[in-house]
Amino acid sequence: MLFFDNLLTAFESLRTNLMRSMLTTLGIIIGTAAVIAVVSIVQGLQYLISTQLQGVGATYMIVVPKINQNQGAGVVTRQVKLTWDDGQAILERVPGVDMITPLVAGPLATKYRDRQHQPDFVLGVNEDYPDVNNHTVDTGRFLSRLDVERRRKVAVVGTKVVEELRLGSDPIGKEIYVGNLPVTVVGVMEERGQFLGSDNDNFVFIPFDTALAVFGRHAGDQVQLRLQASSAEITSQVKEGVQQLLRRRHNLSEDQEDDFQIILQDELLDSVSSILGGVTAVIGAVVSVALVVGGIGIMNIMLVSVTERTREIGLRKSVGARRQDILMQFLIEAITLSLIGGVIGLGLGYGIGALVSSLLPGDWPPAHVPMWAVALAFGFCSLVGVVFGIYPASKAARLDPIDALRYE
Amino acid sequence: MALIDVVGVRKTYDMGGDLVHALDGVDMSIEAGEYVAIMGASGSGKSTMMNLLGCLDTPSSGHYLLDGVAVETLDDQELARIRNRKIGIVFQSFNLLARTSALKNVELPLVYAGRPRRERRDLAIRALERVGLGDRLEHRSNELSGGQRQRVAIARALVNEPSILLADEPTGNLDSRTSEEIMALFDELHGAGNTIILVTHEDEVASHAHRVITLRDGSILEDRRRSPVPPRISALGPTTPEDRAELLGAVSPSEAG
Ligand SMILES: Nc1ncnc2c1ncn2[C@@H]1O[C@H](COP(=O)(O)OP(=O)(O)O)[C@@H](O)[C@H]1O
Ligand SMILES: [Mg+2]
Repeated sequence: MLFFDNLLTAFESLRTNLMRSMLTTLGIIIGTAAVIAVVSIVQGLQYLISTQLQGVGATYMIVVPKINQNQGAGVVTRQVKLTWDDGQAILERVPGVDMITPLVAGPLATKYRDRQHQPDFVLGVNEDYPDVNNHTVDTGRFLSRLDVERRRKVAVVGTKVVEELRLGSDPIGKEIYVGNLPVTVVGVMEERGQFLGSDNDNFVFIPFDTALAVFGRHAGDQVQLRLQASSAEITSQVKEGVQQLLRRRHNLSEDQEDDFQIILQDELLDSVSSILGGVTAVIGAVVSVALVVGGIGIMNIMLVSVTERTREIGLRKSVGARRQDILMQFLIEAITLSLIGGVIGLGLGYGIGALVSSLLPGDWPPAHVPMWAVALAFGFCSLVGVVFGIYPASKAARLDPIDALRYE
Repeated sequence: MALIDVVGVRKTYDMGGDLVHALDGVDMSIEAGEYVAIMGASGSGKSTMMNLLGCLDTPSSGHYLLDGVAVETLDDQELARIRNRKIGIVFQSFNLLARTSALKNVELPLVYAGRPRRERRDLAIRALERVGLGDRLEHRSNELSGGQRQRVAIARALVNEPSILLADEPTGNLDSRTSEEIMALFDELHGAGNTIILVTHEDEVASHAHRVITLRDGSILEDRRRSPVPPRISALGPTTPEDRAELLGAVSPSEAG
């Protein structure tokens, strides 16, 4: 009962001093807005990365060659190799691997008639690529097994390439140059948009064996392997199997480290999350200082308020207010003040986050404010209200009724 | 046992080494239903006495027994309860909450009494009607005249139906006509059975009381009963000040200082 009356009193007194209340909560508003803006931008990013990575599934795995840094002195550094033979061995001998594609990349220019375009990558892959990477063809077809085996001069391109080379509405069958190699376009990949500054539509896929011929002799020694385990439960077993098989094939002794690295999509997700989490925490901590400063502002204005309303406090006591009633009244007022700042800051922060996200170049993800951030902001604002309101409130509560009534 | 028993009360202020004896050994006893005026020159200790009686202040020495309970032994909670339920105080400067409606002002003691919202409203309306402000419920205190403000303060003092009504120069800030209206209200409340103690330095105001205690320099100079005890309980109907002056043989208004 009294709680609600205190709340009304708090609103009433904040309303009568509206301008002062607003200025007081400015610190809280700025602090909360900054926290929410940062969190919303970073969270938007994290949210997008998660959904993008989850697009390929928890069973997705990448194997890359790794130069071993700590080989003992005197040991002749071997050429690190990871070949498609390794890949084929994995497909045959590791249970739970249904599809696998090699991937070699080269920086080649494309040409169509008089037009030149430099795609981000020209990638040599096999027919499993669309399934492994969950990226499908939009028109035409993807590379086939025969294309790969026969080193056919065919290509599947991204929409950006179609656009830049002006292949028109029906690119299928058009002949373009990849480097010096003339290839026929057999398919266009589904559009994916930009992601973290890289354009997912700015690729050219050619058959793996064709790519080796174009990129040169040694290209086949350092391939990337991308594969999918047949189910999420056995992903770690598959990883284990791949590791053991490759160690055997690479003749690694027990004391030697792997000369390859297996990256699970989950681990990728985790490391991205932990980096972003760290960024959020650091910025959050810095910005918390603003909230503390805001809290001091609140304490200051509450002390002023207590002094101004000394007679009111005396009067309230003279008609039966207990110390705890006065304490609660001013504490609730401080918390209300802080929370109002929090609400305004929340809205402002979200607005700033959305604005910044929309102004950032490329396809930066939209701002995203998770519920925990909202809860945390309100929790923190309440805490600020309590911590910085308790001193003025207890000062008010301890006032002697007759001294308070006599106060001029 | 008297309602109020004051025994050897002293109140001393230390003004930088100078001891000011605001009350210097006061003994008095007031029964339930009495109508008492405390008089005296400015600085004689009237307000100090009133604040002690209202449990807003504590004596430096001596005892104040309210209903037989020594007030100086009570803690904050118990004192708050007494101020809330047993005593209603009216101040010279009204002490209303600024920019707050008459109704909300009168509800305040009920808030601290923990009464439910609707009951609070009903009781406050009734109290305001009783002091003749039934048509000013939603007026804010700054929209009311001095007399109306004092009526609001009186309504607030009596809304919790305390047994004692204290008033420290309740007409001190009012013109003589408004003063008479306010005093008529006190008469009526006394008629309804309330114990009334008021501080004044005006004889005209004091003439309403049935007992006048005069202070000088913190001690009781005179304690005079001006009407038969026990005091009038039944309402005699409206009486003019002239009637009462005649009846009591008190000084005429023109002589009052
Ligand atoms: N808080 C105080 N501090 C110091 N002296 C005080 C205080 N309150 C009252 N006094 C002194 O006590 C005496 C009595 O004051 P008061 O009871 O207010 O007189 P009255 O109400 O009869 O005019 C005065 O001399 C006054 O100066
Ligand atoms: Mg006085």
